[in-house]
Amino acid sequence: MKILVAILFLLSAIAVAEDSPALTQAQISPQALVRVIQSNQRAKLLVLNVGPRVLYAQSHIPGAEYIGPTNDPRGIEIFRNRVKSVPKTKQIILYCGCCPWEHCPNIRPAFAELKKLGFRNVKVLMIANNFGADWADKDYPVERGQ
Amino acid sequence: MMRRLTLLLIVLALLSLAACKRKPALDVSSGKQAAPAFSLTDTNGKPLNLADLKGKVVLLDFWATWCAPCKVEIPHFVEMQKKYGPQGLQIVGLSIDDDAKPVREFTQKMGMNYPVAMADEKLTTQYGGILGLPVAFVIDKSGNIVKKFVGETKPEVFEQEIQKLL
Repeated sequence: MKILVAILFLLSAIAVAEDSPALTQAQISPQALVRVIQSNQRAKLLVLNVGPRVLYAQSHIPGAEYIGPTNDPRGIEIFRNRVKSVPKTKQIILYCGCCPWEHCPNIRPAFAELKKLGFRNVKVLMIANNFGADWADKDYPVERGQ
Repeated sequence: MMRRLTLLLIVLALLSLAACKRKPALDVSSGKQAAPAFSLTDTNGKPLNLADLKGKVVLLDFWATWCAPCKVEIPHFVEMQKKYGPQGLQIVGLSIDDDAKPVREFTQKMGMNYPVAMADEKLTTQYGGILGLPVAFVIDKSGNIVKKFVGETKPEVFEQEIQKLL
């Protein structure tokens, strides 16, 4: 019985640690996104920030819209309202960067919501550590302010 | 002559812009720096002024209720406050949550025995920019930052640093 419980615990831990194939496939690296931002493709993107306001106000990707954390039903509702008028084919970039990727409480619910709503062109910025270490400290383009 | 002067002014302006971009508001890597002052109200409605903590060793923790690594550290901070508080340690939590309500609830639920206040972007910028969590600063009895910890840090690492300063 103890062994069974241990196996079930391990399996659940693996399930938590691993992202869905859809999320893994949707990842875009900071370097790749910088190239897109600096190209003439930038205007086609809708970049949505689902992290905390204090972080966004200090530094964010140029042109990114602040949505707010999507780790609770209220945050998801705000997020859903924002995207309801967006065409389902629009290229959307989601990012947070509040904390290490595996601990980010915002990116997965936001991505799942977009998938549920039928958006077909969604990328998530793969920030391994945080926005400071993986974007701002690398001198990638940023903006400040609300 | 006028052209050269204009060119010189442009170069100087560009250099100063570059310097602004490169130099964070606070860089503790090169040694001790005075901890930026703040005057806030904690989640219990009491004043929280860094200046009032001079003479104590301060562990300043930037955190949030939804931050998993922060939540791992908090029980250790509660223990450290109990253990080292009588010797002059004061832990201070600064939350970057968007709202104060979940912070108040969380501090009660976790039995946080140290003051917690809400931080804004002005304060986080003064502390060199908090662009990821958790971030903790150890401040000596004179009010100087002696160490910055980025990311989840083991309690023994904090304790080692604090014991040297008490």
